[in-house]
Amino acid sequence: METFLQQTLNGLVSGSIYALVALGYTMVYGILGLINFAHGDLLMVGALVALQTVTLLNAAVPGLHPVILLLAGVAVAVPVCMAVGYLIERIGYRRLRNAPRLAPLITAIGVSFLLQTLAMIIWGREFHVFPQLVSTTPMEPMAGVVVSPLQIFTIVVAFALMGGLMLLVNKSRLGRAMRATAENHRVAGLMGINANGVIAATFIIGSGLAALAGVLFASNYAIAHYAMGFTPGLKAFTAAVLGGIGNLPGAMVGGLVLGLVESFGAGYIEHLTFGFLNSSYQDIFAFVILGAVLIFRPSGLLGERVADRA
Amino acid sequence: MTTTSSTLPLPASFALDRRIQRPLVILLALAAPLVALAMGKSWVRVLDFALLYVLLAIGLNLVVGFAGLLDLGYIAFYAVGAYTWAFLASPHFGIHLPFWIVLPLGAAFAALAGIALGFPTLRLRGDYLAIVTLGFGEIIRIFMNNLNQPINITNGPQGIDSIDPLTIAGLDLSRDLDLFGFQISSLLLYYYAFLACVVFAIILVRRLQISRIGRAWAAIRDDELAAKAIGIDTRMMKLLAFALGATFGGVSGGLFAAFQGFVSPESFSLMESIVVLTMIVLGGMGNLAGVVVGAIMLTALPELLRHFAVPMQMALFGKTLLDPEVLRMLLLSLAMIVMMLVRPAGLLPARTRYAHRDRRNA
Repeated sequence: METFLQQTLNGLVSGSIYALVALGYTMVYGILGLINFAHGDLLMVGALVALQTVTLLNAAVPGLHPVILLLAGVAVAVPVCMAVGYLIERIGYRRLRNAPRLAPLITAIGVSFLLQTLAMIIWGREFHVFPQLVSTTPMEPMAGVVVSPLQIFTIVVAFALMGGLMLLVNKSRLGRAMRATAENHRVAGLMGINANGVIAATFIIGSGLAALAGVLFASNYAIAHYAMGFTPGLKAFTAAVLGGIGNLPGAMVGGLVLGLVESFGAGYIEHLTFGFLNSSYQDIFAFVILGAVLIFRPSGLLGERVADRA
Repeated sequence: MTTTSSTLPLPASFALDRRIQRPLVILLALAAPLVALAMGKSWVRVLDFALLYVLLAIGLNLVVGFAGLLDLGYIAFYAVGAYTWAFLASPHFGIHLPFWIVLPLGAAFAALAGIALGFPTLRLRGDYLAIVTLGFGEIIRIFMNNLNQPINITNGPQGIDSIDPLTIAGLDLSRDLDLFGFQISSLLLYYYAFLACVVFAIILVRRLQISRIGRAWAAIRDDELAAKAIGIDTRMMKLLAFALGATFGGVSGGLFAAFQGFVSPESFSLMESIVVLTMIVLGGMGNLAGVVVGAIMLTALPELLRHFAVPMQMALFGKTLLDPEVLRMLLLSLAMIVMMLVRPAGLLPARTRYAHRDRRNA
């Protein structure tokens, strides 16, 4: 029972990070019908920029409170990621909006590798230790479950951001414009909506979320690395598909479900396969789920769209 | 049926007559390793690898260029071929089967893997397919990395070594051949063996492209709904593209294992899939000549960078700012983006959108 609760908690932590990244995928997909392969790498950019800021600030003004350091890191990482996201859309994808469908996909893969290579040039190939700005010292065990302030912080921040995004999309003027553009961007244009502006805004918001997810991810795993965005990016995409791509609540549900499945899977796989497979196979769950969803329920848990729209 | 490079907007003096072009290409292919040998053995090695990549690129081009299915896990089939050879012709399990059993088996396993991958994913749109195939490639790599316990099958990250070389009719290609007092380097022997495979592959694919199957693929690529409407069994045709593309990967992988004498999961990373994809994007999707040129260019690239970029940086800055590996990744990713934005059809674009026109022009 304790293992069960512990795995639930671990799953919620990683799941809420996946959900944040998945929102970025799903928003872009909802509007452009494009899978932005480079989205996972924005998470990496966010984490490394935040790390750089914290390191520089700590060297310049020693003895700052960790929370100030964290806020400063986020305050730099989010705008940087937003700018990168905007540039990717402006330079890369916008011109390909009416190109044959393979063209934007291949461009996106290129952008993903470009970001990784640039990060490798700037920060090197080595793994960097990400400082523990929020305490990871476990608190008093509750019902036998070990919880650290960082884990609570991660879940709270992620849920607050998701709530904020839902408000933005459902209540604000920009949100309405986004929904209209997603429906049909030509007609939205006729209604006086600046479709290009809305699409750019979508990329910017998604990139900001990815930056925050990057900081949370790096804090939880205490590591930052030029290729760190690949796996969470892929899993977040899985989460988006699982929830129904293009569907915002779906991305959140998908992220949490995926986090839980992975956590339980890693915990119990040895028993289930009689010791043949162990927890080093953890990353396979995401792919297996992805495959299964695409075969049996391509519209996802909450989605209405069908995947094989020709 | 002829090389398509004549469509390039080259100055008139470069636009060679096709009757000259073909013998010229053949001569170049035959003489290239001899020239390379004069420059040093490492360059022949590069050429050998270039041919393996040509084979891979031809296979991936079947799937991506002809049928329009973006496969990002293609290197998995290469891995299947390579590991089949490693299992059945090395001291790892103590099995030493000859190449004419191992190579077809590797190709068959790869084709089966292709069908296994294609079957569930065929209903998917291009972008989903890309991610599922990418996931498939990763799964294969994770298994290769971890299947060393509880039963040691793949020997994990250490890989399998002392793999049997390619031996054709008693001739061991890994040893220098002593022919009437002339020493013929093993690298040259491998080169001509690989060249034979590549030539066979090119003839096969050229025939395939203008066949009913090739035209069906082109129709599916250009408009799947319309293709279905005119009675093409799109499911079957896509599966066929996957299986045939995978076969090429499997053969290439087997040859790779024999040539290298060593396989490990490291050789089959996502990066490799991307490299092969860039080859066909750069050269020209759907055009064989372009694909071959792209593959040779990108295989030679790291070697060229090592020989020229490093000394140049030393001369300019006094140190190596970007090592060749980073520079290669940078160029690859930029190539993909810039090609798509500026010249989406590649350096040597496919001449016609519909293969049957080729027949009339030939």
